[in-house]
Amino acid sequence: MMNFDYVRPASVADAIAVGSEKGASYLASGTNLLDLMKGGVSRPSRLVDLTRLPGLDRIEHLADGGLRIGALVRNADLAHDAGFARNYPAVAEALLSGASAQLRNAATVGGNLMQRTRCAYFYDAGSACNRRWPGAGCDALNGENRLHAVLGWSEGCIATHPSDFCVPLVALDAIVEIEGKSGRRELPLEALHRLPGETPERETALERGDLIVALRLPAEAQGFAKHARYIKVRERTSYAFAVVSAAASLRIEDGSIREARIALGGVAAKPWRAREAEQVLAGAAPDVAAYREAARAALAGAKPSGDNAFKIELAQRILVRALTLAAAGTPDRIPALPGSPFSSVAGA
Amino acid sequence: MTVELSLTRDPAHIRHGSNIGQPMTRTDGVLKVTGKARYAADNHPPGMVYAVIATSCIARGRVKSLDVAAAKRHPGVIDVMTPAHKPELAEDPDAKGNPFAFRMELLQSDEVRYANQAIAVVIAETLEAATEGAALLSPRYQVEIARVGLDAGEPYTPPVVGIGNPAEVRHGDIDAGIAAASKLTDSTYETPAQYHNAMEPHAIVAVWDGDRLFIDTPSQGMGFAQMRIAGLFGIPPANIHINSPFLGGGFGSKGLISGPQVLGIMAARLIGRPVKLVLRRSQMYGPVGHRPPTRQRIRIGTDDAGQLTAINHEARVTTSSFDDFYEPAADASHTLYASPAIRTAHEAVRVDTGTPLFMRAPGEATGSIVLESAIDEAAFACGIDPLEFRLKNYAEVEPTTGKPFSSKALRQCYAKAAERFGWAGRPLQPKQMRDENGFLVGWGMGTATFPAIMFQGNARAVIRADGKGVMETGAHDMGQGAWTALAQISADSLGLNFDQLTFRSGSSDLPDAGIAGGSGHTATVGAAIHNAGAAVIAKLAELATSDERSPLFGAGNAGVVARAGRLHRRDDDARSESYAEILARAGLAEVDATGSGAADATAQSQYAMHAHGAVFAEVKVDPELGQIRATRLVGAFAAGRIINPLLVESQLRGGMIWGLSFALHEEAVMDHRSGRILNANLAEYHVPVNADVPPMDVITVDEHDPHVNPLGIKGVGEIGITGSAGAVANAVFHATGIRVRNFPIKIEEIVMGLGS
Repeated sequence: MMNFDYVRPASVADAIAVGSEKGASYLASGTNLLDLMKGGVSRPSRLVDLTRLPGLDRIEHLADGGLRIGALVRNADLAHDAGFARNYPAVAEALLSGASAQLRNAATVGGNLMQRTRCAYFYDAGSACNRRWPGAGCDALNGENRLHAVLGWSEGCIATHPSDFCVPLVALDAIVEIEGKSGRRELPLEALHRLPGETPERETALERGDLIVALRLPAEAQGFAKHARYIKVRERTSYAFAVVSAAASLRIEDGSIREARIALGGVAAKPWRAREAEQVLAGAAPDVAAYREAARAALAGAKPSGDNAFKIELAQRILVRALTLAAAGTPDRIPALPGSPFSSVAGA
Repeated sequence: MTVELSLTRDPAHIRHGSNIGQPMTRTDGVLKVTGKARYAADNHPPGMVYAVIATSCIARGRVKSLDVAAAKRHPGVIDVMTPAHKPELAEDPDAKGNPFAFRMELLQSDEVRYANQAIAVVIAETLEAATEGAALLSPRYQVEIARVGLDAGEPYTPPVVGIGNPAEVRHGDIDAGIAAASKLTDSTYETPAQYHNAMEPHAIVAVWDGDRLFIDTPSQGMGFAQMRIAGLFGIPPANIHINSPFLGGGFGSKGLISGPQVLGIMAARLIGRPVKLVLRRSQMYGPVGHRPPTRQRIRIGTDDAGQLTAINHEARVTTSSFDDFYEPAADASHTLYASPAIRTAHEAVRVDTGTPLFMRAPGEATGSIVLESAIDEAAFACGIDPLEFRLKNYAEVEPTTGKPFSSKALRQCYAKAAERFGWAGRPLQPKQMRDENGFLVGWGMGTATFPAIMFQGNARAVIRADGKGVMETGAHDMGQGAWTALAQISADSLGLNFDQLTFRSGSSDLPDAGIAGGSGHTATVGAAIHNAGAAVIAKLAELATSDERSPLFGAGNAGVVARAGRLHRRDDDARSESYAEILARAGLAEVDATGSGAADATAQSQYAMHAHGAVFAEVKVDPELGQIRATRLVGAFAAGRIINPLLVESQLRGGMIWGLSFALHEEAVMDHRSGRILNANLAEYHVPVNADVPPMDVITVDEHDPHVNPLGIKGVGEIGITGSAGAVANAVFHATGIRVRNFPIKIEEIVMGLGS
């Protein structure tokens, strides 16, 4: 492995100072970054270890009813926080459907937001990849791409964003708090990840040195807690990324849907907020016909980027399922097989 | 095989059953769960340094340049082994001395034969320095277009398949059988490339002392390894001392010493210091063998009564561009079903991969999932229940040879597993069953089979003056529990309690125990142990019965029986003498004897010898999303004498999970242009996780086999995967009505097949 500097700053300000230097990379638990370094995909000359920074590992209830989650809160700790799971059940279910128990115990909230695509061509140093090497080309195009993007892709990149966690978050208007050289700013999570367009190498809206310090969920996101699900189809029951996933949150009043929040995972380079589908459902009766129409609207702009036309059909079906289950009511407990279509199977 | 000593014929002094048959836990279990078991890579001899292989990222071409200087400049790097700078070898690594000598890449040239091939080895003071040194080599290549997949070239008929099997076998008149069929199913299936992925990567710690070599390395065949290394380095096999007490799995990939392991030995030779070399996970996808992809066309003819008229099973397989191993996939159709006409045939295509090799149930696994799926198709075409169809076509003798089976309790397997599963009442038509949540439910079955193979193995037995015993054999524990099972056989063979025995194994300095493969290790080494033990007891009996001071005097050599460290008169159990007393009076410090085990050629020529089983699977399928979940697996197996039921059930369970993996999960994805494997890691090369493994029932059916070998053992290492893969695939068909013929079954086939 290449030699690199390792620094452990004592404050956020110190972290940003060293993290702004060329070749520096922030390190939280390293569940993704260290793999990338071992594979030679990332070769930072300096690792800025954030894990001892004070104050970033707290879950705070804000005066306005919102929730502020420090960037160093572990995925497992957040998912198992009783209050969190009660108020944001789809987020907890998504967290628990991701990776494996060991990884969730290590991985952090901030790190999850910053995880890289799982496109095999991105990881394979011998392949052309515009993310790794702008202008090199995209070997995923015309390659083995049955799991690649169907929404928002470009000829330059057809990779998907792998996070489960981000999918319900983007639906619930989560906000990212960022500290950088020019101070503190906020960004809707939806604006954090970028679609590839002509510049696939620019994966997020962060500038050099920017550090995510917290994630905020607005108070009104709790209004969906009674009707919220995350459903994920994957190639094995645990420790597999989504083929396609969907987060559906509904506010149902007087027998009709007042508001819907919908996002899809595994379909694009970012967690995909489906506002067209939300509009279809606003004011609609909670029935399958409406869900189907919403699903059609969500995928209206989809096109296959390779051997993955099935994902367009599958995404619609998952969305219908997620909406159906959400309308039926959030389960009292997070299912034993979180996110699984089989989560309702007794004894599973 | 010494007939008069064989248990099942006429045991003279030995009574098996005190230890054999007991569900003992692994003797090495505590060591393993406490981290005290020392695997090869845990060794750190003084002065040891690290070697890391630099691998090719192209699949075909030449290495034009390596930046050796850059690697050497990196702090800690000691040397870089390249085609231009390496120790002399006494033998060409491309020479084919015997069918088990597969060609390996030992930096003999700049040619690249496959992605992940070794192109240099960097040796450094630390693992990190060696790793970075390898990255700094920045190879430049002359690239040729890679040949990838089953259509990459002109198919040809291989000279043999598997180990010396003919590429084509004909029994009866296949054309007449097809013509006579009133129903004919004709299907083409594909199975993917798979990699062994033992948890423990291939590793070696090599120490040279002059012309003597000491190595710690996981091995399923230390004797073979000694021979190969001896040839390559021009030293006597006896100079090579292999220590291999524990393997973290092998599954066939550690049966033969691999190129990377030899490179570790070369590196140690080059720099004159102990060297450790451990493959990275991704580096295991290439130089250590794999299961090749197959395309299999299978035609099954049946008459109006549902009786088979023909099975025509043709397989295309890939092999490497530079060596010959041919997965004998179609041979799975030789033994299971009674058909008047059977034809199996193979063709091969050369591709730019490492050479495929033995992977748990080579041929049987790939062939079985296709045969069992096709039998399911044929049964369905005839409108007959799949179990009834199999019973209707039950082979009373081995179909292709006409030989009787040495034993075959398959009917009992079918009956017991079907009853436990609750098969009765299964609807013939698919898509008929739903659970309370609306999920589609399907039931499928498959027949399991694997030949009862033996190799050549040896053991040495000792009874010491204190009356305790030692059994020594260079056997291999891959994690399956061989040490425990073989120690149980040893204790019985020496007439000792388990705690009176010292069992020594896992070293090439002990008697050669042959290869742990072909599900034949327990049978082979067990026979050797049995014979060694019996020979020692015969010596003790001779000492006692010919000495008038012994209470056993005059009993005659065959008139005593060994038990718990004493010899007893057969006709008067109260008259006995301990081993210690016998040796003390004779003034001997110990008595010893050797024994060997091997197949009995006469019995083999007279009988077909196979283990059998029946596996039943239940799956649930989401009717809209297509997600499949196995929910129950029941397997019943008849595999001769069961030495340790706990270990055997564990082996069978693991095999059945592998079958589930074959049907639903496992596949190496190769870029069809570059020939690089895109999922060479355990995150994306999917095998079932615990949450995928359903409740399982494993049943062993008693089977007394007087012909197969002295102990009546058939072996259980591989049979579990056969039958199971097909059972799961057939259950998916029964749940959905969709017959997926490309494995693993992918969600898109189900989603698009189910309709919206």
